[in-house]
Amino acid sequence: MTDSTPFTQQPDLQHDGPYQGQQGPYFGPYGGRWMPESLIAALDEVDRTFQQAQEDPEFISELESLYADYVNRPSLLTEVPRFAAAVPGVRIFLKREDLNHTGSHKINNVIGQALLARRMGKIRLIAETGAGQHGVATATAAALFGMECTVYMGEADTQRQALNVARMRLLGAEVVPVTVGARTLKDAINEALRDWVASVETTHYLLGTVTGPAPFPAMVRWFHRVIGEEARAQVLAQTGRLPDAVMACVGGGSNAMGIFHGFLDDPEVQLYGLEAGGEGMDTGRHAASITLGRTGVLHGARTYLMQNEDGQTIDSHSISAGLDYPAVGPEHAWLHDTGRAIYEPVNDDECMSAFERLCRTEGIIPAIESSHALAGALRLARRWADAGEVSADTPSGQERIIVVNLSGRGDKDVSTAAKWFDMLPDAPTPEGGDAAAVAARPEGAQD
Amino acid sequence: MSASTPQDTSRTQDSSVRSLTTEAIERARAAGRTALIGYLPAGYPTVEDSIEAAVELGRNGADVIEIGIPYSDPVMDGPVIQAATSQVLADGFRVDQVFEIVRAVTERTDAAVVVMTYWNLVGRMGVDAFARRLAEAGGAGIVTPDLVPEEAEEWFAASDRYGLDRIFLTAPSSTPERVRLITEVSRGFVYGVSVMGVTGARDQVSNAAESVVAAAHEAGAPRVCVGLGVSRPEHIREIGRYADGAIVGTALVAALRDGGPAAVGRLAADLARGTQREATA
Repeated sequence: MTDSTPFTQQPDLQHDGPYQGQQGPYFGPYGGRWMPESLIAALDEVDRTFQQAQEDPEFISELESLYADYVNRPSLLTEVPRFAAAVPGVRIFLKREDLNHTGSHKINNVIGQALLARRMGKIRLIAETGAGQHGVATATAAALFGMECTVYMGEADTQRQALNVARMRLLGAEVVPVTVGARTLKDAINEALRDWVASVETTHYLLGTVTGPAPFPAMVRWFHRVIGEEARAQVLAQTGRLPDAVMACVGGGSNAMGIFHGFLDDPEVQLYGLEAGGEGMDTGRHAASITLGRTGVLHGARTYLMQNEDGQTIDSHSISAGLDYPAVGPEHAWLHDTGRAIYEPVNDDECMSAFERLCRTEGIIPAIESSHALAGALRLARRWADAGEVSADTPSGQERIIVVNLSGRGDKDVSTAAKWFDMLPDAPTPEGGDAAAVAARPEGAQD
Repeated sequence: MSASTPQDTSRTQDSSVRSLTTEAIERARAAGRTALIGYLPAGYPTVEDSIEAAVELGRNGADVIEIGIPYSDPVMDGPVIQAATSQVLADGFRVDQVFEIVRAVTERTDAAVVVMTYWNLVGRMGVDAFARRLAEAGGAGIVTPDLVPEEAEEWFAASDRYGLDRIFLTAPSSTPERVRLITEVSRGFVYGVSVMGVTGARDQVSNAAESVVAAAHEAGAPRVCVGLGVSRPEHIREIGRYADGAIVGTALVAALRDGGPAAVGRLAADLARGTQREATA
C-alpha cells in the first residue's frame, strides 16, 4: 500500500531492531531508484558486482591492502585537549580522515569503487565534485589503476577550489567546468549522469557520496564504514568506554554515514549530523536539507531536499563547497525520522570560528566542511555545561567524550579562510598597480 | 485515503480505461501513416507562444503532442532543451500553468496531448492531484523519463483512476525481463529510446532503435514509438518501417527558438511528409 502524500515529512518513524547494515534500496520510505531506464542495467551490474565482491576474500584482501599501504589506514584518533579546553569537563577526539592519502575520507569509497569498476571491465571513471576532494581522489585512483578520468565540477566551484582543479589535472584527469544551472555540485551530478547515460558501456560513474539511486547509498556507506569501526575500537582503547556523542558534517553525508555506522547500535552514543547553515536558516542561503524538512526526489533517491513549492530544486549556499548540495543521503533522512541521529545547522560564522580555534590550539588546519562538525562539538559541550552536566569540577575519568570526524584537511580552503579572516597581504600602494590591488582585495568572503 | 477508489490498482493494461493516445496512434495507422509525436516545452518562449506552437504542431501533422514541464535538474535533456527550459524557469514558470496549456491545445487541435515530466514535480503536487488536474484539462497521459515501474505504484493507481496513459521508456540497455515489465505497465505506447544518451538532434537514427522496438513488440507492446535523435522526415520514414510512431523534440524546440510558432508549423508539415507509409503488397 502506498502513501497518498509521500512527499511530505514523515517524522517519528518507528524502527525496531538493528540500525546497522541496512542494504537498501529503501531506508524506510527513502532511497529507491528514480532514474532513467537507460541506467537501470548499469545500476544492476554495479549492484551485482558489489554483492559478489563483499563475499570474495580476494576482493576484501585487495581492498584492505590498499587501505593499509596506499591510503594510510587506520587513520589516527587524536585527542585535542587545548581545543576542548573551551568547555571544561569535556574530552574531544578527532578521527583523522584528513591524514588519508589525498587529504580526506573520500579515498575510502573511491578505492573501493575503482576496484569494482576494474572487475566490471570499465576503462573510464567519471565523477562529480564540489570541493574537489572527491574529484582528486577519483583522479588519483584512475592514475593508480591506469584508467581514463573525467571530473565534472560546477564552474563556481572550479573558481573557489582552483588548487584542487590543478591537482586533478596534474593527476591526468580531464576537469569539465559545468556552466549550467547553479554551477555547483548538483549541476555537476546532472552532467555526470548525462555523460554516463551515453558512455555506460565503458564507464563507471564513481558517485562520491551516500546519495543517488540504489546501490550507491548503501555501497558508498559500506566503503566508509571503516571510519566508524576504527574510531569505535580506538576510543575504547584510549578511554576504556564509548563516547557520549559522535559528530560529523553532512552535505550528501558520506563521512557521517561512515562514522555513524560503527555506533548505530550503541544506543548510549548520540549521533549528530551538522548541516551547512550557510548565512542562516532565515536567509534561505544555506544547504540544510533535513533542517528545512521537505521530502522529494533528486538524483535518483527519495530524501530530504531543498525545493520550492513546485518541486524545483533551490540553489544551496555554503562557505564550504563540499556541503553545498541541496539534498542529503536517504539513510540520513531515515535516521532523522527514526530519531536515531540528530541533525542541526551550523552557520558559516560558527563554523569558521571553530576552524580558527582548531588551527590556533592544536596546529591542525581542518577542511571547512569538517569545521561544521567541530562547531557542533563545541555547541554540544556548551549545552552540557549550561545544563550543569559538566564543569571544571567534573572529576577525572567522568568527563563527557565527543568524537568528531575530521573528514578532511584544510589546504584547499586556505584562500577562502584567508579572505574570511582578512589575512591576505595588504594591497600594495597605488603605484603598485591596479591589477595587484584588485587581486589582493578580499572580495566579500561571504559571497 | 484511497478507500473510495472504484477499482483496484492494476499493474496490467486495463482495457476498461479509454486511451486517447492509443486512439490517436491507431487513427494514423488506419490512414497508412507512422504516428508523429512532437515535443515542446511548456511556457517556451512564453505561455502564449508555447500554446500557439503546439497548435501549429497539431494542425500540421502531429498525432500526439508532448508538453514538457521545465525542471531544474533535467538529466535526460541535452543542451537545446536545457537552454529553453532554464529560460522558462528563470521567467517564473509555475508547474500548474501546464494544465492551462494542455487545455488550450486540446481544445484547438485533434491531437492527443500528453505531459512529459520529471517525477519530483508530480510528487510535490501529489500524484493524485496532478493526475486529476491533468485529466480535467483534457490531457491524455504522462511520459515519465525518470520513473521506472518499480517506483510507480501510486502512478498506476492514479492513472487508472483518471483514465490517463502511462508512457514508460525502454532503452537499448533494458534486459528482456525489464522490457516485459515496462510493456506490461505502459498504456498508450511504449517510448523506445533509440540511443544511449540524452535528447538532441543527431544525423542518423541509431542502429539500436530497431532492436529496441523489436524487443518491445516481442514483449507484447502494441505500440512502440521511437525518440531521441529524430529530427528529419527521412528519419521518420526509416523508423516507420519497424515502429508505430516517431518522436521529435530538439529539432522542434530549435525551430521555435529561431522562428517562433510559425516555424514549428513549417517543420511539422515537413516532418509529416515522412510519415506516409509506402504501400505494402
